[in-house]
Amino acid sequence: MTGAQFEPGPGSPLPPQEGHASRGRLERVLRSGKFAVTAELAPPDSALAADVYERARMFDGYVDGMNATDGSGAHCHMSSVAMCALLTNIGYSPVLQISCRDKNRIAIQGDVLGAAAMGVSNVLCLSGDGVQVGDHPEAKPVFDLDSMSLLETIRIMRDESRFLSGRPITSPPEMFLGAAENPSAPPFDMRPHRLAKKIAAGAQFIQTQYVFDIEHLRQFMARSRDLGLLEKVFILPGVGPLASARTALWIRNNVPGIHIPDAIIKRLEGASEPKQEGRRICVELIQQISEIEGVSGVHIMAYRQEEAVGEIVQQSGVLDGRVPWYPGCELQSNSA
Amino acid sequence: MYRFRQWSVTNSRRLEAVYRNFEPLLIRLHPVLKLLGYGRLEKPVRVIEQAVKGLMFDCQMCGKCALSSTGMSCPMNCPKSIRNGPCGGVRLNGHCEVIPEMRCVWVEAWRGSQQMRDGQAIQQVQIPVNHLLKGSSSWLRVVRHEFAAHEGEKNQ
Repeated sequence: MTGAQFEPGPGSPLPPQEGHASRGRLERVLRSGKFAVTAELAPPDSALAADVYERARMFDGYVDGMNATDGSGAHCHMSSVAMCALLTNIGYSPVLQISCRDKNRIAIQGDVLGAAAMGVSNVLCLSGDGVQVGDHPEAKPVFDLDSMSLLETIRIMRDESRFLSGRPITSPPEMFLGAAENPSAPPFDMRPHRLAKKIAAGAQFIQTQYVFDIEHLRQFMARSRDLGLLEKVFILPGVGPLASARTALWIRNNVPGIHIPDAIIKRLEGASEPKQEGRRICVELIQQISEIEGVSGVHIMAYRQEEAVGEIVQQSGVLDGRVPWYPGCELQSNSA
Repeated sequence: MYRFRQWSVTNSRRLEAVYRNFEPLLIRLHPVLKLLGYGRLEKPVRVIEQAVKGLMFDCQMCGKCALSSTGMSCPMNCPKSIRNGPCGGVRLNGHCEVIPEMRCVWVEAWRGSQQMRDGQAIQQVQIPVNHLLKGSSSWLRVVRHEFAAHEGEKNQ
Protein backbone atom coordinates (compact mmCIF):
# COMPACT_ATOMS: atom_id res chain seq x y z
CA MET A 1 0.00 0.00 0.00
CA THR A 2 2.10 2.91 -1.18
CA GLY A 3 0.89 6.42 -1.88
CA ALA A 4 -2.55 7.82 -1.22
CA GLN A 5 -4.20 6.69 -4.43
CA PHE A 6 -5.86 3.73 -2.72
CA GLU A 7 -8.59 4.05 -0.14
CA PRO A 8 -8.12 1.33 2.50
CA GLY A 9 -10.59 -1.42 1.62
CA PRO A 10 -11.78 -4.32 3.77
CA GLY A 11 -8.86 -6.38 2.54
CA SER A 12 -6.20 -3.85 3.56
CA PRO A 13 -3.67 -5.06 6.11
CA LEU A 14 -4.21 -3.97 9.71
CA PRO A 15 -1.79 -1.40 11.11
CA PRO A 16 1.49 -3.00 12.24
CA GLN A 17 1.51 -4.04 15.88
CA GLU A 18 4.38 -4.76 18.27
CA GLY A 19 5.12 -8.46 18.70
CA HIS A 20 3.08 -9.49 15.66
CA ALA A 21 4.62 -11.10 12.59
CA SER A 22 1.66 -10.38 10.33
CA ARG A 23 -0.95 -7.71 9.81
CA GLY A 24 -3.82 -10.18 9.67
CA ARG A 25 -6.74 -10.80 11.97
CA LEU A 26 -6.05 -14.40 12.93
CA GLU A 27 -2.78 -13.58 14.67
CA ARG A 28 -4.45 -10.68 16.51
CA VAL A 29 -7.18 -12.96 17.85
CA LEU A 30 -4.70 -15.59 19.01
CA ARG A 31 -2.27 -13.13 20.60
CA SER A 32 -5.09 -11.43 22.47
CA GLY A 33 -5.75 -14.76 24.19
CA LYS A 34 -9.17 -15.40 22.68
CA PHE A 35 -10.21 -18.93 21.78
CA ALA A 36 -9.90 -19.00 17.98
CA VAL A 37 -11.86 -21.02 15.46
CA THR A 38 -10.60 -21.83 11.99
CA ALA A 39 -12.27 -23.96 9.34
CA GLU A 40 -11.24 -25.73 6.21
CA LEU A 41 -12.67 -24.29 3.02
CA ALA A 42 -13.13 -26.79 0.21
CA PRO A 43 -11.89 -25.30 -3.07
CA PRO A 44 -14.27 -25.40 -6.03
CA ASP A 45 -13.66 -27.29 -9.26
CA SER A 46 -14.57 -24.21 -11.23
CA ALA A 47 -13.14 -20.95 -12.49
CA LEU A 48 -15.81 -18.89 -10.75
CA ALA A 49 -14.99 -16.46 -7.94
CA ALA A 50 -18.63 -16.57 -6.80
CA ASP A 51 -18.18 -20.24 -5.92
CA VAL A 52 -15.42 -19.32 -3.48
CA TYR A 53 -17.44 -16.54 -1.88
CA GLU A 54 -20.51 -18.74 -1.56
CA ARG A 55 -18.52 -21.38 0.32
CA ALA A 56 -16.86 -18.79 2.56
CA ARG A 57 -20.18 -17.14 3.48
CA MET A 58 -21.31 -20.34 5.20
CA PHE A 59 -18.77 -19.65 7.94
CA ASP A 60 -19.72 -15.97 8.47
CA GLY A 61 -19.69 -15.01 12.13
CA TYR A 62 -18.22 -18.32 13.32
CA VAL A 63 -14.60 -18.46 12.24
CA ASP A 64 -11.48 -16.31 12.62
CA GLY A 65 -9.73 -17.82 9.66
CA MET A 66 -10.35 -20.26 6.87
CA ASN A 67 -7.85 -22.58 5.28
CA ALA A 68 -7.85 -22.70 1.51
CA THR A 69 -6.51 -26.18 0.87
CA ASP A 70 -3.78 -26.77 -1.69
CA GLY A 71 -4.72 -29.78 -3.78
CA SER A 72 -5.70 -31.72 -0.66
CA GLY A 73 -5.71 -35.47 -1.02
CA ALA A 74 -3.62 -34.83 -4.15
CA HIS A 75 -6.77 -33.88 -6.06
CA CYS A 76 -6.81 -30.97 -8.46
CA HIS A 77 -8.96 -27.95 -7.49
CA MET A 78 -8.74 -24.14 -7.64
CA SER A 79 -5.36 -23.03 -6.27
CA SER A 80 -4.95 -21.92 -2.68
CA VAL A 81 -3.15 -18.70 -3.69
CA ALA A 82 -6.03 -17.65 -5.93
CA MET A 83 -8.67 -18.49 -3.32
CA CYS A 84 -6.77 -16.57 -0.66
CA ALA A 85 -6.43 -13.56 -2.96
CA LEU A 86 -10.18 -13.56 -3.62
CA LEU A 87 -11.04 -13.97 0.05
CA THR A 88 -8.56 -11.35 1.25
CA ASN A 89 -10.00 -8.91 -1.25
CA ILE A 90 -13.26 -8.69 0.69
CA GLY A 91 -11.63 -8.77 4.10
CA TYR A 92 -11.57 -12.42 5.14
CA SER A 93 -8.48 -13.78 6.88
CA PRO A 94 -7.64 -16.91 4.89
CA VAL A 95 -4.81 -19.32 5.62
CA LEU A 96 -2.75 -20.08 2.55
CA GLN A 97 -1.85 -23.75 2.44
CA ILE A 98 1.34 -24.75 0.67
CA SER A 99 2.06 -28.37 -0.08
CA CYS A 100 5.55 -29.38 -1.17
CA ARG A 101 4.19 -32.03 -3.48
CA ASP A 102 3.52 -29.89 -6.53
CA LYS A 103 6.03 -27.05 -6.54
CA ASN A 104 9.76 -26.60 -6.17
CA ARG A 105 11.51 -23.89 -4.15
CA ILE A 106 11.48 -21.40 -7.01
CA ALA A 107 7.71 -21.61 -7.51
CA ILE A 108 6.93 -21.68 -3.78
CA GLN A 109 8.95 -18.58 -2.91
CA GLY A 110 7.35 -16.72 -5.80
CA ASP A 111 3.89 -17.73 -4.57
CA VAL A 112 4.68 -16.52 -1.04
CA LEU A 113 5.65 -13.08 -2.33
CA GLY A 114 2.60 -12.93 -4.58
CA ALA A 115 0.22 -14.01 -1.83
CA ALA A 116 1.68 -11.49 0.62
CA ALA A 117 1.40 -8.76 -2.00
CA MET A 118 -2.32 -9.52 -2.22
CA GLY A 119 -2.63 -9.19 1.56
CA VAL A 120 -2.53 -12.84 2.60
CA SER A 121 -1.20 -12.95 6.17
CA ASN A 122 -1.25 -16.60 7.21
CA VAL A 123 0.43 -19.63 5.72
CA LEU A 124 0.28 -23.30 6.66
CA CYS A 125 3.34 -25.28 5.59
CA LEU A 126 2.66 -28.88 4.63
CA SER A 127 4.60 -31.70 3.04
CA GLY A 128 1.43 -32.87 1.29
CA ASP A 129 -0.15 -36.20 0.46
CA GLY A 130 1.52 -38.48 -2.04
CA VAL A 131 0.29 -38.22 -5.64
CA GLN A 132 -0.88 -41.83 -5.66
CA VAL A 133 -3.95 -41.07 -3.49
CA GLY A 134 -5.20 -38.37 -5.84
CA ASP A 135 -6.92 -38.06 -9.18
CA HIS A 136 -3.61 -37.75 -11.07
CA PRO A 137 -1.54 -40.66 -9.71
CA GLU A 138 0.63 -40.49 -12.84
CA ALA A 139 1.85 -36.98 -11.92
CA LYS A 140 5.46 -36.27 -10.96
CA PRO A 141 5.81 -35.82 -7.18
CA VAL A 142 8.06 -32.80 -6.59
CA PHE A 143 8.88 -32.70 -2.84
CA ASP A 144 11.85 -30.39 -3.37
CA LEU A 145 11.28 -29.07 0.18
CA ASP A 146 9.51 -30.68 3.12
CA SER A 147 7.17 -29.01 5.63
CA MET A 148 10.10 -28.23 7.92
CA SER A 149 12.40 -26.67 5.32
CA LEU A 150 9.39 -24.85 3.86
CA LEU A 151 8.79 -23.22 7.26
CA GLU A 152 12.41 -22.23 7.49
CA THR A 153 12.38 -20.89 3.94
CA ILE A 154 9.46 -18.53 4.60
CA ARG A 155 10.92 -17.52 7.95
CA ILE A 156 14.16 -16.58 6.19
CA MET A 157 12.24 -14.64 3.54
CA ARG A 158 10.29 -12.77 6.23
CA ASP A 159 12.96 -12.19 8.88
CA GLU A 160 16.11 -11.94 6.79
CA SER A 161 14.58 -10.38 3.65
CA ARG A 162 16.24 -12.83 1.32
CA PHE A 163 15.49 -15.83 -0.84
CA LEU A 164 17.03 -19.23 -0.05
CA SER A 165 19.62 -18.37 -2.69
CA GLY A 166 20.67 -15.35 -0.64
CA ARG A 167 19.39 -12.81 -3.17
CA PRO A 168 17.75 -9.90 -1.29
CA ILE A 169 14.00 -9.26 -1.11
CA THR A 170 13.22 -5.55 -1.09
CA SER A 171 9.95 -5.84 0.84
CA PRO A 172 9.59 -9.05 2.85
CA PRO A 173 6.34 -11.04 3.22
CA GLU A 174 4.70 -10.38 6.60
CA MET A 175 3.39 -13.86 7.28
CA PHE A 176 2.06 -15.63 10.36
CA LEU A 177 3.66 -19.06 10.04
CA GLY A 178 1.78 -22.28 10.65
CA ALA A 179 2.45 -25.99 10.48
CA ALA A 180 0.61 -29.26 10.98
CA GLU A 181 1.16 -32.05 13.46
CA ASN A 182 -0.55 -35.36 14.10
CA PRO A 183 -0.83 -36.43 17.75
CA SER A 184 -2.47 -39.69 16.63
CA ALA A 185 0.29 -41.05 14.41
CA PRO A 186 3.38 -43.07 15.38
CA PRO A 187 6.01 -42.65 16.66
CA PHE A 188 3.96 -41.13 19.49
CA ASP A 189 6.93 -40.29 21.70
CA MET A 190 8.61 -38.43 18.87
CA ARG A 191 5.66 -36.16 18.03
CA PRO A 192 6.27 -33.53 20.74
CA HIS A 193 9.94 -33.45 19.77
CA ARG A 194 8.94 -32.92 16.17
CA LEU A 195 6.74 -30.05 17.32
CA ALA A 196 9.84 -28.54 18.96
CA LYS A 197 11.67 -28.89 15.67
CA LYS A 198 8.86 -27.16 13.79
CA ILE A 199 8.93 -24.30 16.28
CA ALA A 200 12.69 -24.04 15.78
CA ALA A 201 12.07 -23.88 12.03
CA GLY A 202 9.63 -20.99 12.48
CA ALA A 203 6.15 -22.35 13.31
CA GLN A 204 4.00 -19.90 15.28
CA PHE A 205 0.71 -21.79 15.10
CA ILE A 206 -0.21 -25.45 14.66
CA GLN A 207 -3.34 -26.93 13.13
CA THR A 208 -3.44 -30.66 13.78
CA GLN A 209 -4.82 -33.59 11.86
CA TYR A 210 -8.28 -34.79 13.02
CA VAL A 211 -8.31 -35.67 16.70
CA PHE A 212 -10.90 -38.31 17.57
CA ASP A 213 -8.93 -39.94 20.35
CA ILE A 214 -8.80 -37.28 23.04
CA GLU A 215 -6.26 -39.28 25.07
CA HIS A 216 -3.71 -39.01 22.26
CA LEU A 217 -4.12 -35.24 22.32
CA ARG A 218 -3.94 -35.02 26.12
CA GLN A 219 -0.68 -36.94 26.14
CA PHE A 220 0.73 -34.91 23.27
CA MET A 221 -0.13 -31.64 25.02
CA ALA A 222 1.24 -32.78 28.38
CA ARG A 223 4.55 -33.84 26.82
CA SER A 224 4.73 -30.60 24.85
CA ARG A 225 4.17 -28.67 28.07
CA ASP A 226 7.00 -30.61 29.74
CA LEU A 227 9.26 -29.60 26.85
CA GLY A 228 8.29 -25.96 27.41
CA LEU A 229 6.68 -25.62 23.98
CA LEU A 230 3.21 -24.37 24.86
CA GLU A 231 4.31 -20.77 25.44
CA LYS A 232 6.00 -20.68 22.06
CA VAL A 233 3.17 -21.73 19.78
CA PHE A 234 -0.61 -21.56 19.38
CA ILE A 235 -2.14 -25.02 19.03
CA LEU A 236 -5.45 -25.56 17.25
CA PRO A 237 -6.41 -29.25 17.28
CA GLY A 238 -8.33 -30.49 14.25
CA VAL A 239 -11.89 -31.77 14.54
CA GLY A 240 -14.74 -32.64 12.21
CA PRO A 241 -18.17 -34.27 12.07
CA LEU A 242 -18.41 -37.85 10.81
CA ALA A 243 -21.47 -38.51 8.60
CA SER A 244 -22.02 -42.18 9.56
CA ALA A 245 -20.38 -45.29 10.95
CA ARG A 246 -19.68 -46.42 7.39
CA THR A 247 -17.86 -43.18 6.57
CA ALA A 248 -15.90 -43.44 9.81
CA LEU A 249 -14.83 -47.00 9.03
CA TRP A 250 -13.89 -46.06 5.49
CA ILE A 251 -11.76 -43.17 6.74
CA ARG A 252 -10.12 -45.33 9.37
CA ASN A 253 -9.22 -48.01 6.85
CA ASN A 254 -8.29 -45.81 3.91
CA VAL A 255 -6.91 -42.50 5.13
CA PRO A 256 -3.57 -43.04 6.85
CA GLY A 257 -2.99 -40.87 9.89
CA ILE A 258 -6.60 -40.59 11.02
CA HIS A 259 -7.33 -42.70 14.06
CA ILE A 260 -11.00 -43.18 15.01
CA PRO A 261 -11.58 -45.16 18.23
CA ASP A 262 -14.13 -48.01 18.29
CA ALA A 263 -16.25 -46.15 20.85
CA ILE A 264 -17.03 -43.40 18.33
CA ILE A 265 -17.91 -45.89 15.60
CA LYS A 266 -20.23 -47.74 18.03
CA ARG A 267 -21.96 -44.49 18.93
CA LEU A 268 -22.57 -43.73 15.26
CA GLU A 269 -23.82 -47.27 14.62
CA GLY A 270 -26.31 -47.05 17.48
CA ALA A 271 -27.67 -43.65 16.53
CA SER A 272 -31.05 -43.25 14.82
CA GLU A 273 -29.75 -40.12 13.08
CA PRO A 274 -26.05 -40.78 12.53
CA LYS A 275 -25.37 -37.43 10.87
CA GLN A 276 -26.73 -35.54 13.88
CA GLU A 277 -24.84 -37.87 16.21
CA GLY A 278 -21.63 -37.18 14.29
CA ARG A 279 -22.11 -33.47 14.82
CA ARG A 280 -22.87 -34.00 18.52
CA ILE A 281 -19.65 -35.98 18.90
CA CYS A 282 -17.80 -33.13 17.21
CA VAL A 283 -19.35 -30.57 19.60
CA GLU A 284 -18.36 -32.71 22.60
CA LEU A 285 -14.82 -33.11 21.28
CA ILE A 286 -14.48 -29.33 20.86
CA GLN A 287 -15.66 -28.81 24.42
CA GLN A 288 -13.23 -31.39 25.78
CA ILE A 289 -10.39 -30.01 23.68
CA SER A 290 -11.03 -26.43 24.81
CA GLU A 291 -10.40 -27.49 28.39
CA ILE A 292 -6.96 -28.94 27.74
CA GLU A 293 -4.13 -26.73 28.97
CA GLY A 294 -2.31 -24.93 26.18
CA VAL A 295 -5.01 -25.24 23.51
CA SER A 296 -5.60 -21.90 21.74
CA GLY A 297 -8.49 -22.83 19.48
CA VAL A 298 -9.86 -25.48 17.15
CA HIS A 299 -9.59 -26.15 13.45
CA ILE A 300 -12.79 -27.58 11.97
CA MET A 301 -12.56 -29.76 8.89
CA ALA A 302 -16.18 -30.49 8.00
CA TYR A 303 -15.62 -32.19 4.68
CA ARG A 304 -18.92 -32.14 2.72
CA GLN A 305 -20.69 -30.83 5.81
CA GLU A 306 -19.47 -27.24 5.67
CA GLU A 307 -23.00 -26.00 6.30
CA ALA A 308 -22.83 -27.59 9.79
CA VAL A 309 -19.80 -25.57 10.96
CA GLY A 310 -21.86 -22.64 12.30
CA GLU A 311 -24.18 -24.90 14.26
CA ILE A 312 -21.27 -26.91 15.68
CA VAL A 313 -19.39 -23.79 16.80
CA GLN A 314 -22.53 -22.31 18.31
CA GLN A 315 -23.44 -25.44 20.24
CA SER A 316 -19.90 -25.87 21.56
CA GLY A 317 -20.08 -22.41 23.13
CA VAL A 318 -16.34 -21.85 22.69
CA LEU A 319 -16.74 -18.39 21.18
CA ASP A 320 -18.43 -17.28 24.38
CA GLY A 321 -20.69 -14.81 22.59
CA ARG A 322 -17.87 -13.38 20.47
CA VAL A 323 -18.71 -12.86 16.78
CA PRO A 324 -15.63 -13.10 14.53
CA TRP A 325 -15.39 -10.46 11.81
CA TYR A 326 -17.09 -11.10 8.47
CA PRO A 327 -17.83 -8.88 5.48
CA GLY A 328 -20.72 -6.61 6.39
CA CYS A 329 -20.70 -7.39 10.11
CA GLU A 330 -20.32 -3.69 10.93
CA LEU A 331 -23.64 -2.99 9.17
CA GLN A 332 -25.30 -5.84 11.06
CA SER A 333 -24.21 -4.52 14.46
CA ASN A 334 -25.27 -0.94 13.52
CA SER A 335 -28.76 -1.95 12.54
CA ALA A 336 -29.21 -4.15 15.59
CA MET B 1 18.32 -54.12 0.42
CA TYR B 2 15.43 -53.79 2.85
CA ARG B 3 16.68 -56.34 5.38
CA PHE B 4 20.18 -54.88 5.47
CA ARG B 5 18.65 -51.46 5.85
CA GLN B 6 16.76 -52.60 8.94
CA TRP B 7 19.89 -54.26 10.31
CA SER B 8 21.74 -50.94 9.99
CA VAL B 9 19.08 -49.16 12.05
CA THR B 10 19.12 -51.89 14.68
CA ASN B 11 22.90 -51.52 14.87
CA SER B 12 22.90 -47.73 14.63
CA ARG B 13 25.06 -47.30 17.73
CA ARG B 14 27.75 -49.62 16.41
CA LEU B 15 27.70 -47.94 13.00
CA GLU B 16 27.93 -44.55 14.67
CA ALA B 17 31.14 -45.75 16.36
CA VAL B 18 32.50 -47.00 13.03
CA TYR B 19 31.78 -43.61 11.43
CA ARG B 20 33.42 -41.85 14.36
CA ASN B 21 36.67 -43.71 13.67
CA PHE B 22 36.36 -43.69 9.91
CA GLU B 23 35.95 -39.95 9.55
CA PRO B 24 39.19 -38.82 11.32
CA LEU B 25 41.06 -41.50 9.39
CA LEU B 26 39.81 -40.09 6.10
CA ILE B 27 40.59 -36.55 7.22
CA ARG B 28 44.14 -37.61 8.07
CA LEU B 29 44.39 -39.01 4.55
CA HIS B 30 43.64 -35.56 3.11
CA PRO B 31 47.25 -34.82 1.98
CA VAL B 32 47.38 -38.14 0.13
CA LEU B 33 43.93 -37.60 -1.38
CA LYS B 34 44.94 -34.09 -2.41
CA LEU B 35 48.09 -35.41 -4.03
CA LEU B 36 46.12 -37.99 -5.98
CA GLY B 37 43.63 -35.28 -6.92
CA TYR B 38 40.05 -35.08 -5.64
CA GLY B 39 38.75 -34.74 -9.17
CA ARG B 40 40.42 -37.97 -10.25
CA LEU B 41 39.25 -39.77 -7.09
CA GLU B 42 35.61 -38.72 -7.40
CA LYS B 43 34.58 -41.54 -9.71
CA PRO B 44 36.23 -44.55 -7.99
CA VAL B 45 35.25 -43.31 -4.51
CA ARG B 46 31.71 -42.71 -5.69
CA VAL B 47 31.51 -46.28 -6.99
CA ILE B 48 32.75 -47.71 -3.67
CA GLU B 49 30.52 -45.40 -1.61
CA GLN B 50 27.49 -46.30 -3.68
CA ALA B 51 28.17 -50.02 -3.35
CA VAL B 52 28.73 -49.94 0.43
CA LYS B 53 26.00 -47.48 1.36
CA GLY B 54 23.64 -48.87 -1.25
CA LEU B 55 23.89 -52.29 0.31
CA MET B 56 23.65 -51.14 3.91
CA PHE B 57 21.21 -48.22 3.73
CA ASP B 58 19.61 -48.34 0.26
CA CYS B 59 21.54 -45.09 -0.22
CA GLN B 60 20.23 -42.92 -3.07
CA MET B 61 23.46 -40.86 -3.39
CA CYS B 62 21.82 -37.53 -2.62
CA GLY B 63 25.31 -36.14 -2.01
CA LYS B 64 24.45 -34.75 1.42
CA CYS B 65 24.53 -37.72 3.76
CA ALA B 66 22.36 -37.26 6.86
CA LEU B 67 22.61 -40.80 8.27
CA SER B 68 24.27 -39.71 11.51
CA SER B 69 21.30 -37.41 12.22
CA THR B 70 18.65 -39.87 11.12
CA GLY B 71 19.36 -42.98 13.19
CA MET B 72 21.15 -44.60 10.22
CA SER B 73 17.84 -44.70 8.30
CA CYS B 74 18.30 -42.99 4.92
CA PRO B 75 15.60 -40.28 4.52
CA MET B 76 15.83 -40.44 0.74
CA ASN B 77 13.96 -43.75 0.90
CA CYS B 78 10.88 -41.82 2.04
CA PRO B 79 8.57 -41.70 -1.01
CA LYS B 80 8.06 -38.00 -0.29
CA SER B 81 11.84 -37.46 0.23
CA ILE B 82 11.06 -35.89 3.61
CA ARG B 83 14.34 -34.86 5.26
CA ASN B 84 12.61 -33.81 8.49
CA GLY B 85 10.04 -36.49 9.09
CA PRO B 86 7.90 -38.32 9.84
CA CYS B 87 4.84 -36.92 8.08
CA GLY B 88 1.37 -37.20 9.58
CA GLY B 89 0.39 -40.14 7.42
CA VAL B 90 2.24 -42.88 9.30
CA ARG B 91 -0.01 -45.92 9.75
CA LEU B 92 -0.80 -47.17 13.25
CA ASN B 93 1.50 -50.16 12.65
CA GLY B 94 4.37 -47.78 11.89
CA HIS B 95 4.29 -48.39 8.15
CA CYS B 96 4.43 -45.89 5.28
CA GLU B 97 1.23 -44.34 3.91
CA VAL B 98 2.51 -44.53 0.33
CA ILE B 99 4.17 -47.97 0.46
CA PRO B 100 2.08 -49.93 3.01
CA GLU B 101 4.47 -52.91 3.13
CA MET B 102 7.46 -50.73 4.11
CA ARG B 103 8.14 -49.42 7.61
CA CYS B 104 8.19 -45.62 7.69
CA VAL B 105 11.83 -44.56 7.30
CA TRP B 106 11.26 -41.92 9.99
CA VAL B 107 9.78 -44.37 12.49
CA GLU B 108 12.98 -46.30 11.85
CA ALA B 109 15.06 -43.13 12.15
CA TRP B 110 13.56 -42.44 15.56
CA ARG B 111 14.28 -46.04 16.63
CA GLY B 112 17.89 -45.81 15.44
CA SER B 113 18.57 -42.39 16.91
CA GLN B 114 17.27 -43.44 20.34
CA GLN B 115 20.17 -45.88 20.60
CA MET B 116 22.88 -43.55 19.38
CA ARG B 117 25.27 -41.54 21.55
CA ASP B 118 24.40 -38.43 19.58
CA GLY B 119 20.71 -39.29 19.12
CA GLN B 120 19.84 -35.62 19.69
CA ALA B 121 21.11 -34.88 16.20
CA ILE B 122 17.68 -35.87 14.85
CA GLN B 123 16.39 -32.57 16.26
CA GLN B 124 18.51 -30.51 13.84
CA VAL B 125 16.48 -29.01 11.01
CA GLN B 126 17.88 -30.44 7.77
CA ILE B 127 18.12 -27.88 4.99
CA PRO B 128 16.75 -28.79 1.55
CA VAL B 129 18.84 -31.12 -0.57
CA ASN B 130 21.21 -29.47 -3.02
CA HIS B 131 20.27 -31.24 -6.23
CA LEU B 132 23.56 -30.24 -7.85
CA LEU B 133 25.28 -32.70 -5.50
CA LYS B 134 23.13 -35.67 -6.49
CA GLY B 135 25.26 -38.66 -7.47
CA SER B 136 28.50 -37.27 -6.02
CA SER B 137 30.58 -38.67 -3.17
CA SER B 138 29.51 -37.44 0.23
CA TRP B 139 32.65 -38.90 1.85
CA LEU B 140 35.09 -36.84 -0.22
CA ARG B 141 33.07 -33.71 0.39
CA VAL B 142 33.10 -34.29 4.15
CA VAL B 143 36.87 -34.85 4.16
CA ARG B 144 37.58 -31.69 2.22
CA HIS B 145 35.14 -29.68 4.29
CA GLU B 146 36.30 -31.02 7.67
CA PHE B 147 39.95 -30.59 6.78
CA ALA B 148 39.37 -26.98 5.80
CA ALA B 149 37.45 -26.38 9.05
CA HIS B 150 40.23 -28.08 11.01
CA GLU B 151 42.90 -25.91 9.36
CA GLY B 152 40.78 -22.82 9.93
CA GLU B 153 40.64 -23.57 13.65
CA LYS B 154 44.40 -24.10 13.81
CA ASN B 155 45.09 -20.77 12.11
CA GLN B 156 42.91 -18.82 14.52
